[in-house]
Amino acid sequence: MTNLFNYIERKSAIHNLTGATKLVCLMLWSFAAMGTYDTRYLAVLALISMGLFKLGHIHIKDVSFMLGFTLVFLVLNTILVYLFSPQHGTEIYGTTTYLFGLEGYYAPTAEQLFYHLNYWLKYFATLPIILLFVCTTNPSEFAASLNRIGISYSVAYAVALALRYIPDVQHQYYEISKASQARGVEMSKKESLVRRLKAASAILVPLILTSMSRIETVSNAMELRGFGKNKKRTWYMARPFKIWDYLAMIGCGILLIITLFLNHVNGGRFYNPFI
Amino acid sequence: MAEHIIEFRDFGFQYKAQQSPTLYDINFGIEKGQKVLIAGPSGCGKSTLVHCMNGLIPFSYEGTMTGSLTINGRESRELDLFEISHVVGTVLQDSDAQFVGMTVAEDIAFALENACVPQDEMKQEVHRVAQMVNVQDFLGHAPGEVSGGQKQRVSVAGVLVDDVDVLLFDEPLANLDPATGKQAIELIDDMQKQTGAAVIIVEHRLEDVLHRWVDRVLLMNEGRIVADQPADELLSTDLLDRCGVRKPLYVTALEYAGVTVTPEKHPHHPDCLTLEADEMEQLRRWFDKRPQRAPKEVGEVMLEIQHLNFGYEKKDIHVLHDISMQIHRGEMMAIVGTNGAGKSTCSKVICGFETPNEGQITFCGEDFATYSIKERAERVGYVMQNPNAMISQVMVYDEVAFGLRNRKVPEEEIATRVEEALTVCGLWRMRNWPISALSFGQKKRVTIASILVLGPDLIILDEPTAGQDYKHYTDIMEFLLELNARGITIVMITHDMHLMLEYANRAVVFSHGRIIADDTPAHILTNPKVIKEASLKETSLYHLAMKCGISDTSAFVQWFIDYERKTARHDESV
Repeated sequence: MTNLFNYIERKSAIHNLTGATKLVCLMLWSFAAMGTYDTRYLAVLALISMGLFKLGHIHIKDVSFMLGFTLVFLVLNTILVYLFSPQHGTEIYGTTTYLFGLEGYYAPTAEQLFYHLNYWLKYFATLPIILLFVCTTNPSEFAASLNRIGISYSVAYAVALALRYIPDVQHQYYEISKASQARGVEMSKKESLVRRLKAASAILVPLILTSMSRIETVSNAMELRGFGKNKKRTWYMARPFKIWDYLAMIGCGILLIITLFLNHVNGGRFYNPFI
Repeated sequence: MAEHIIEFRDFGFQYKAQQSPTLYDINFGIEKGQKVLIAGPSGCGKSTLVHCMNGLIPFSYEGTMTGSLTINGRESRELDLFEISHVVGTVLQDSDAQFVGMTVAEDIAFALENACVPQDEMKQEVHRVAQMVNVQDFLGHAPGEVSGGQKQRVSVAGVLVDDVDVLLFDEPLANLDPATGKQAIELIDDMQKQTGAAVIIVEHRLEDVLHRWVDRVLLMNEGRIVADQPADELLSTDLLDRCGVRKPLYVTALEYAGVTVTPEKHPHHPDCLTLEADEMEQLRRWFDKRPQRAPKEVGEVMLEIQHLNFGYEKKDIHVLHDISMQIHRGEMMAIVGTNGAGKSTCSKVICGFETPNEGQITFCGEDFATYSIKERAERVGYVMQNPNAMISQVMVYDEVAFGLRNRKVPEEEIATRVEEALTVCGLWRMRNWPISALSFGQKKRVTIASILVLGPDLIILDEPTAGQDYKHYTDIMEFLLELNARGITIVMITHDMHLMLEYANRAVVFSHGRIIADDTPAHILTNPKVIKEASLKETSLYHLAMKCGISDTSAFVQWFIDYERKTARHDESV
């Protein structure tokens, strides 16, 4: 079975940061990368993010599923943008440089390709950081972190619980789907999409029903042990901030400031090499 | 008079959505440090009583309370759920659901976290309690990485951190294999001795709880308390039989032999049981007059498994090692062993849910390897433990017809086959009912019918009676016997020793992915070596036979079952 979101316990500098730090850094980093189309800066961010990924001792095969999924999405996205708006680059950069001697609405332009390059760089600057966050943050510590940055602890704990039950639900899904196949529910690619959707409902109904009864028991179990009594709660997994936490947050803060500065210098989000 | 920590006075309760009360005239008190067993059949109000004691009633389930219930001298409705939870610690039946933390340590700390205990204090406390229940080596483990018994220990620890005065166990044995269940009862006893808390165990498996001393047994039936007395006295009456709660087997054996059971004989535990010489003689005579057993005819081999090996490739762990066995036509056999011994995995490999690494499975001489899951299901049906995990339609008829419709069988043929399956399962008159209106046992029948309709010759059932009381257990098992009599071969995966003794003519024992025994249940349950290796439990009949100087213990056990089948069960049906 593939694991979608999974904390991978290893020893690394990234693992040692607290969950709250990683959450704040993730947000700062995302704003920094999303806020600019400056190719030079995005390239630098992409390089750093891959370096950090390495530093976190996460291997490509640990995240192959998520990575593959995102790449497919990215390729689709690129194709669609090109199909619907092949002149987008020209609109942004104000010039039209046809390539390969072709001309026309769908002819490739340097501006359009440059725009796509930036788009891809953006993904490469953020994706490793998101994966890094998912793989190196212990879910309960993450809950503690959410709570620390001001989110109510019931919500924070709900997030952690959802993560806690993902493997259980996956396991149950697997069992139910096998049992339905025995009764002739066809899940193979031979069937038409409509039939497969119908088949999926034959698995989802029992899955939802068993999960619902589970929820009642779990919420009783939690209430019986005092969950929800106080406005606050302490966390077994909470960790105090250390020097590296502050440095990491300051570092990411600086990255965001650079983005803002570049937007000012470039007179907008785009860096234009065509003028 | 000792101080009552929990006291019911003329107490009654009616759920908001129900027509009539669930509890009537409840009067009893629990003293500090006492150990009480509450027994009764399903639907007798046990769970409601548990909810009243731990505060879920009235704080989570609405309804009307009459009379008085005091906890630590204060009326429960004037307290809140959290105050009650500091006095009464509840360990739920489903230790999977009780386990809310990401790791063992966090789960134990859960109540402390909610009480805002500072972190360093919390860590010390968690270590202290973890040591008490002996889980200190697993503190960093996730719930999926610990066994059922360990999960329950964690649940107990999670309640003990709160320093409660009452430990309330709701069906603690429901999901445990026999040896682990025995350890759980020992753990509960040890915890009571160490903490001095009162212990209330709600359970219908009387014999297993009586493995350790209890002060009183409360017997419930139809919302009332019908007995409140020491175990020795209760076992000397016929109240248990009348309420559908099963007596310990050794007590039943004595009754069959015509020995009158009295409190003076200390029937609460086979080791304490005192019998006069003539009473032992009476038992021996009953044993000696048994008729010769005709050896049961064995049908032809239907399913044959040869040298099966299986492992999950990613985890690189071998789950099944060199499994070889035969299943004969017309058999009713049991597969037993601890959780994780490979018994469910083996069935899944047979049904094609998993692909074996090596080995061969043949069904009536045909090689199974080329058959898809769907094709295998027409020969070997698999019924999951939880019926809710199999039901996907709204109406009974549609659910049973589902498998045939998927196979594009003509609607007229479906109609006749569904009618047949529903009639066999006693559900024909409910064919147009919504499934949600059925009881657990009826739902189980629906799932069995939906497998039967596909026409298999062999049905594998995973824990067919888990969580059922004696009456429902008997209903389900008698139904399976009937199916068996109609020529369907039945394989039951179980860790219920009673079930295996009473209903299986053969049992295969799994341990650590290997088959370690293949014999009659009576032989297996009197073989100490197999019992130890597979975490089974000796039947108490074995102890009784030894006590009375009967050396052929397995013949004694066999005679008990045969006698019960012939006489007792016959009486019931008349």
